[in-house]
Amino acid sequence: MQSLTQRAKPVDRSPMTWLEKIYLWNIFKGMLITFRHFFKKRATIQYPEQKRPFSPVFRGLHILNRDEQGRENCTACGLCAVACPAEAITMEAAERLPGEEHLYREEKYAARYEINMLRCIFCGLCEEACPKDAIYLSETFAPANYSRKSFIYGKPDLLIPDPVKHPEEYAKAKGELDKKKSKP
Amino acid sequence: MSITQLLFWFLTALALGSALMVIFSKNPVHSILWLITTFFAISGHYILLNAQFLAIVNIIVYAGAIMVLFLFVVMLMNLNASATPLKKKWLRFAGVISGGCLLLVLTAALKDTDIMRQELMMKTGDIGLIHNLGTVLFKEYVLPFEISSVLFLSAMVGAVVIGKKE
Amino acid sequence: MNLLALDGAFVLEKLILIAVVISISLVVAMYATYVERKFAGFIQDRHGPNRAGPFGLLQPLADGLKLFFKEEIIPNNSNKLLFVLGPCLAMLTAMMTSAIIPWGGTVELFGQQVSLQIADINIGILYVFGVVSMGVYGMMIGGWASNNKFSLMAALRGASQAISYELAMGLSLIALLMLTGSLSLKTITEQQVTGLWNIVYQPVGFLIFFVCALAECNRAPFDLPEAESELNMGYHQEYSSMKLGFFLFAEYINMFISCAIIATLFFGGYDIPFVDESTWSGGAAAIGGVLALMTKTFILILVFMWIRWTLPRFRYDQLMNLGWKGLIPLALLNMVATGAVILLTMKQA
Repeated sequence: MQSLTQRAKPVDRSPMTWLEKIYLWNIFKGMLITFRHFFKKRATIQYPEQKRPFSPVFRGLHILNRDEQGRENCTACGLCAVACPAEAITMEAAERLPGEEHLYREEKYAARYEINMLRCIFCGLCEEACPKDAIYLSETFAPANYSRKSFIYGKPDLLIPDPVKHPEEYAKAKGELDKKKSKP
Repeated sequence: MSITQLLFWFLTALALGSALMVIFSKNPVHSILWLITTFFAISGHYILLNAQFLAIVNIIVYAGAIMVLFLFVVMLMNLNASATPLKKKWLRFAGVISGGCLLLVLTAALKDTDIMRQELMMKTGDIGLIHNLGTVLFKEYVLPFEISSVLFLSAMVGAVVIGKKE
Repeated sequence: MNLLALDGAFVLEKLILIAVVISISLVVAMYATYVERKFAGFIQDRHGPNRAGPFGLLQPLADGLKLFFKEEIIPNNSNKLLFVLGPCLAMLTAMMTSAIIPWGGTVELFGQQVSLQIADINIGILYVFGVVSMGVYGMMIGGWASNNKFSLMAALRGASQAISYELAMGLSLIALLMLTGSLSLKTITEQQVTGLWNIVYQPVGFLIFFVCALAECNRAPFDLPEAESELNMGYHQEYSSMKLGFFLFAEYINMFISCAIIATLFFGGYDIPFVDESTWSGGAAAIGGVLALMTKTFILILVFMWIRWTLPRFRYDQLMNLGWKGLIPLALLNMVATGAVILLTMKQA
């Protein structure tokens, strides 16, 4: 049979010689190998101080986007919930009342928007399904918690900070989003 | 009372007490542990007699190896008080008689020997030191010594033969 | 028995020496766990413990504290007294061997010659064997008293391993003892201070002794009594909290002591290589001797660890084959060869 890689090596099944049988030389060779590892570069990343950079295609926690005036993009069309293979997204639509134009961009908005992070598989299909540029997967991941309930993220957890009230945090979150949007 | 005497009486009490406990404990594992204590007490006596080599060999061979094998057997067979059947009355009687006979013979044999008449040789003897013991074994008693070693060898061969049997 | 003619200063001196030796072995054992983990880390391209204190130096303390605060579990159907006795025996036997190791020459303190050895007994090395053979009981009693068949099997496994390797260990030493003509570790060391180290005369004996020491300490590749991954832990399976800690700690103490014994028997004990200490003043020579012995011991401990993190564990039948069919015949051959050489050289002389 033709080997798949160049590195394949046939197993040597010839009986061991006397020198091999007393193992000492092989033990010595093995110990030399471990000794060499002593001086190799450590592969560890010291986590809380150092962080491994995320890959550009990383998909983390969801973010509900706002426009420049701080209005929510989401219109509760339900396409993300339909696209979701894990059925993690639930939403409830509501009509925008007069006087709420500064809160929601269009006439319809999501009064309740919940993602169950225990069901979510972070596939990113919701992001692709969204016609309104409203949901993105960010570069953070869900922190550990003690109860199942705390993993159901509601709107307060998901919404991006308001650009008018909290410009700095918004800019930070936005920066991550822009990087994401500009990816090929 | 000097410290040596104190130690002597302590070790004697320990040896006899734990020897009695060997017989009286219901659990065979406890019996063995008491037997180990007995060996330690006897080793203590050897040290009092300035026979350190004998003392340590007693510990290595009896307490360290043979008793471990005893423990092996008892632990693996899972003997406990409820599992041992009650012996028949006449069997107990026979046991007492034969044990008593052995005791009688031993005391009768030792009663009139010179050693028993002597005061106990405390810290004066040197036969138990490794050098003297070796000299005696390999000069005066070389034939019995070698014969006993052949006996051990044959016992080992016998064990291997039994173990190899299909 | 002059030992028992008690003398206050003598008792005090010995008590202090015992306290010092025991606390040193405890500290060494404690930090051996740290070094072991660091060493394993380095060999596996990791850092090892580095969070508790600078470079993780407080890690052993943290581990100890953790063990003390864990819940103490005594199984319902276990034999309570023996269950507690097991780890006690393990600790006791581990400590007892340190009594006969000559840690250094003699120092003059307060106008008295103080020997840095707790007891120089004329059966020296046999005492070690006696105590080591007692070490089996800690294991067996602990395993049996747990009332758990896995513990029991592991205890039997460990005990039979210990007994098997004790034989080869003893036989390998006989060749050495034929050369030295003495069982006292002090005499053996002093012969090496003036002459060559015993490893030069007895390389095979050293190899056998070293392998057997690995097996006696239950170190990898002979750590079957406590093979946690494939053999369902070991004799300490039912133990928790500090009682488990005692078992594990006793093993590190055993490792320290056996390395010290190897250093004493084969590597000249407190002899400083390539240096003539006899020209030094008493105190400096003694301190240098202690440091030399400690350095040798630590190097040996590192080799123990190095082996542990290199070699895979033996299978049980391989272990028994190596012990009974490999090491014991080899030790016997070594003994015969040494005897023959001694006889020939004696005839020529």
